[in-house]
Amino acid sequence: MSILVNKHSRVIVQGFTGNEGTFHATQMIEYGTQLVGGVTPGKGGSTHLDRPVFNTVEQAVKDAGADVSIIFVPPAFAADAIMESADAGIKVIVAITEGIPTRDMVKVKRYLEGKKSTLIGPNCPGIITPEEAKIGIMPGFIFKKGNIGVVSKSGTLTYEAVDQLTKLGLGQSTAIGIGGDPIIGTTTKEAVELFMNDPETAGIVMIGEIGGGMEAEAARWIQANGTKPVVGFIAGQTAPPGRRMGHAGAIVGGKDDTAAAKMAIMAECGIHVVASPAEIGQRMKEVL
Amino acid sequence: MNIHEYQAKEILKSYGVAIQGGFVAETPEQAMEAARKVKDEFNSDWCVIKAQIHAGGRGKGKIAGTEHRGVQIAKSPEQAAEITKNLLGGTLITIQTGAAGKVVNKVLVAQDVFYPGPSEPKEYYMSVLLDRQTKRNVIIYTTEGGMDIEEVAEQHPEKIHKEWIDPAVGFQAFQARKIAFKLGLEGKAFKEMVSFVSALYKAYEETDSAMFEINPVLKTSDDRIIAVDAKVNLDDNALYRHPAYAALRDIAEEDPTEVEAGKYNLNFVKLDGNVGCMVNGAGLAMATMDIIKLSGGEPANFLDVGGTANAETVEAGFRIIMSDPNVKAILINIFGGIVRCDRVANGVVEAYKKIGDVKIPIIVRLQGTNAEEAKRIIDESGLKVFSAIVLKEAADLVKKVLTENTSAA
Repeated sequence: MSILVNKHSRVIVQGFTGNEGTFHATQMIEYGTQLVGGVTPGKGGSTHLDRPVFNTVEQAVKDAGADVSIIFVPPAFAADAIMESADAGIKVIVAITEGIPTRDMVKVKRYLEGKKSTLIGPNCPGIITPEEAKIGIMPGFIFKKGNIGVVSKSGTLTYEAVDQLTKLGLGQSTAIGIGGDPIIGTTTKEAVELFMNDPETAGIVMIGEIGGGMEAEAARWIQANGTKPVVGFIAGQTAPPGRRMGHAGAIVGGKDDTAAAKMAIMAECGIHVVASPAEIGQRMKEVL
Repeated sequence: MNIHEYQAKEILKSYGVAIQGGFVAETPEQAMEAARKVKDEFNSDWCVIKAQIHAGGRGKGKIAGTEHRGVQIAKSPEQAAEITKNLLGGTLITIQTGAAGKVVNKVLVAQDVFYPGPSEPKEYYMSVLLDRQTKRNVIIYTTEGGMDIEEVAEQHPEKIHKEWIDPAVGFQAFQARKIAFKLGLEGKAFKEMVSFVSALYKAYEETDSAMFEINPVLKTSDDRIIAVDAKVNLDDNALYRHPAYAALRDIAEEDPTEVEAGKYNLNFVKLDGNVGCMVNGAGLAMATMDIIKLSGGEPANFLDVGGTANAETVEAGFRIIMSDPNVKAILINIFGGIVRCDRVANGVVEAYKKIGDVKIPIIVRLQGTNAEEAKRIIDESGLKVFSAIVLKEAADLVKKVLTENTSAA
């Protein structure tokens, strides 16, 4: 097993025929992802990368049986694309787009309430179940099938952690990049909960950063419900308050969202916290 | 993006939010003229001179080397000019600016709003921002205006009220009434507060703001409700929808190296440490700063070069980092996924040779696609560059060069 996506996932790309969409769709196909088509309004009926292009997500669901969508459309149109997917009944929506206005995401979150879709991102690298489905922009070759679940707010830092795990012989069940924006779909806690309930996941790596309260929320949930070892790291121990560190959500607003505060809560809740990002893989090997 | 008080007030006014009126001035002469206009337009004999910088605490802050405070009362147009003269060009140091302070280039000459009248003036606090927990906007308000909100939250948490807005229907009339009642208002002041907060929220939403802080909101002695100060932070991601607001950016308020980095699409934040770093990805960049600290150094910057680490961006990054004389070493940390490490390595070598005179040790850690090949390129370049593949090695190299630096000194 794995979480959210696997080799049976039928994936479409929103923003299929654009530069980004084309490049990453090609990479996903090469990885072996079951990519069944894409959506570009106005280009329906044509083919791209030997796959059908649809005008609407609804049509892609009906004709190609799509149940996962990955979004590469520009920020101004991304919120609309997410809602279109949710409306069409797509189960997992992966929004890669960076720079979506917060006001749009407030609306999207409200729109998703009561719907069956799981949103991942935006501003994230996507999700991968190694050797089954890569639905994102991550370099596929560093991942290996196994039983460690990885959840992270960051892209390259996720690759760093995964690379360490793989080199120590620890493969991954699924790795999910949830994104670094102030408002995102799947939270750290939700991802952790999915991993705890996944029989194939034996241990969890949880990577967070300064800003917001998601890591603390996940830590408290783990303390109450955790059954598997969790290794945690928080990036930004040296970040000054009030400055945005790249990600729109990575900003220390008060005393509760500093790296030190988060690490303390995580340690208190029984998570194996490492101070150095170079120790993530090694610590997981030790506690497994 | 932060904007000045006078700009924020213009925006609020355009949405029908009542504000303390005033005029901006860039010279003492303009201030004198503004003071006269304040008298004509608002029937205000006195006026308040407010230094315009992107930081709070101005009333208590002082111009470096003087006793001139950032906010002062002027009792005549002549005095307005005099005060303005003392503020302009000076460096205002407040609790929020840090020791470096901020240069005052403009002042706001505003009406005196604490005039005598039938009732006592009263200050409130109000802010609008995103609550990340509930994913909704929230209006935070308290009767304890004019004070530091963090302090109120600590000492009197029961006095802080919050009103969340459902994005499906927006801000409702009952919420405006609730806020006005909880602030203990009645009669004309109650009605004024209801329209004030309704207009304020509309402005927050339609301007795509990330934060509004009005401290204080004032009930005047004749029961009007007005914004005396206004701190507005606009959502950078939404500026494309508001070109007029994007034009309000004041580059003089920003760190010049950060402005320079922005020209190359580099995400740079200047810090005070001794080890510079250049990284791809924001999370890995923060983690690299942590590594520097754990290795005995202090990060001199945050720098995310993004997905395209090529010769041009690497060179720009090098130059920006090295413009800081405190930097004793540079750590480049690139995880090559889609971008190939050998290309990045060539970029580093090219940039290094182009700059020519690099006096500080450079540590290059390249991991991912073609990492071995990249290490070979760096090692065979003949440059004084230390290379690493594993993150742990890079951390050890930072420690090593810092120790050698210290012993050499």
